[in-house]
Amino acid sequence: MRTIRIGSGAGYSGDRIEPAVELAEKGGIDYLVFECLGERTVALAQQARMKNPESGYDPLLEERMRAVLPLCASKGIKIVTNMGAANPEAAARKTAEIAKSLGLSSLRIAAVVGDDVLDACKAGDLSIMEFDSSIKQLGNRLLSANAYLGAEPMADALKAGADVVITGRASDPALFLAPMIHAFGWRMDDWNLLGQGTVAGHLLECAGQITGGYFADPGYKDIAGLARLGFPIGEVGEDGSLVVTKVAGSGGAVTAQTCKEQLLYEVHDPARYLQPDVVADFSDVTVEEIGPDRVRVSGGRGTQRTDTLKVSVGYVDSYIGEGQISYAGPGALTRGRLALEIVRERLKLTGVATSELRFDLIGVDALHGPEVSAHASEPYEVRVRVTGRTDSLREAVRIGNEVETLYTNGPAAGGGAWKSARDVVAVASVLLPRALAKPQIRFVGG
Amino acid sequence: MKLREIAHSRTGDKGNTSNISVIAYDARHYPLLVAQVTSDRVKAHFAGVVEGDVTRYELPKIAALNFVMTGTLGGGVTRSLALDAHGKSLSSALLDLEIDDDPGHNRP
Repeated sequence: MRTIRIGSGAGYSGDRIEPAVELAEKGGIDYLVFECLGERTVALAQQARMKNPESGYDPLLEERMRAVLPLCASKGIKIVTNMGAANPEAAARKTAEIAKSLGLSSLRIAAVVGDDVLDACKAGDLSIMEFDSSIKQLGNRLLSANAYLGAEPMADALKAGADVVITGRASDPALFLAPMIHAFGWRMDDWNLLGQGTVAGHLLECAGQITGGYFADPGYKDIAGLARLGFPIGEVGEDGSLVVTKVAGSGGAVTAQTCKEQLLYEVHDPARYLQPDVVADFSDVTVEEIGPDRVRVSGGRGTQRTDTLKVSVGYVDSYIGEGQISYAGPGALTRGRLALEIVRERLKLTGVATSELRFDLIGVDALHGPEVSAHASEPYEVRVRVTGRTDSLREAVRIGNEVETLYTNGPAAGGGAWKSARDVVAVASVLLPRALAKPQIRFVGG
Repeated sequence: MKLREIAHSRTGDKGNTSNISVIAYDARHYPLLVAQVTSDRVKAHFAGVVEGDVTRYELPKIAALNFVMTGTLGGGVTRSLALDAHGKSLSSALLDLEIDDDPGHNRP
């Protein structure tokens, strides 16, 4: 049976770079996938592109490509990535330029475009899923609308001979599904194969999160070598069989436990994991350790895909102002609480207009709120944190100022004040009829 | 004993919804999870955090439960005022849940 080995070289845009180099060098992989596009990243990248038409792709694109292109070219490893963000064609041009500078000008680089569906969303005035509004009602706060594309255009680009495929918004598992569809000729209506392939993509997409990252809990779940964590490799058979492993000698571990945690990561109903290519069903998946750092994952299935694509809509939501200051030693907690009360009163007295406010004591109740944290013991030091939502940057600035003035006007011995004010680009979702997204492949260079 | 003694957990986020897996270290403890880690208990445990509903999904083949908690992430990860906007630290709080066990069992 034919098998391919797919390496996962990044689980988010800022991820470590050496593990991907290690995969290319020692992983015996056929494909290297970089998942680098967070929920709102496209919206921020779109803002950058409006200022400079040649920008709008991942800021680490150049560093990552320079690090892996020579090895991938010499070993014939194909790269698939969503580092195109809001501008896959510019990312592809940049990658071609880097390849040329490395003496690799024969590499064929393809961009997948067409995830930008802003015009189609505006024409249909689609409803926002998360709150009571529509595309039209967002008005000039609307920044971007990008459909989660499926694996097919990426698989087509590989079929057409691409060595590097750069997409914008696509479903994360689809980045991994594309090489499987290309290598094995899976039909786009073989729902069970696409479902099991989605299991593989879902497990691999967060890179280190299946090799022991985001997992260690000393005394309960011990993981060695987190500072040199190895990234995962999926060995996928043409029948969809999957073994998850990593480079021998790298840090971390692939165990049944790490695979189970990642299987359910960001999953709601495990029987209906909605993807552009398939509705995947994880409910009968089994996980079995078959050797050191080798886990077999079986039993993924699927049913017919839906008629719509999820579209991530970026919009200017509000402004957030924030201030922090620390107290320590005997009485730290009571001084911290007093500080919060002072700021609460000051924001009222001075009429700062907020739609939402939050008063935290970091070290006490900031993460889970006062009810969950009610029985915690008193800490040596606390950090006061006040944050609020406003309609303008000017108002947001005033929140941090009221924390900073605690230096000379608040409780004794407050230190390390810090403040910030920023605009908030948030994302919401709409569902777009599938036929309205028209992905295309554009080759550059080569 | 604490849930932490028999299960591990990971939090994920999507919009304003958090999901938390609870996975038995030893499949023999799965019935304890099913019996005692109910949606109602999870919702009560996260008082002041979960504003929406808690739905539980059972995955017997991997001895795991998956809890989906709506209205949990301050209006959504990308706009939340919270320090931990993703709610990534919630799994640790859930492992603090008290489990009534027959005293013969120890942590694996």
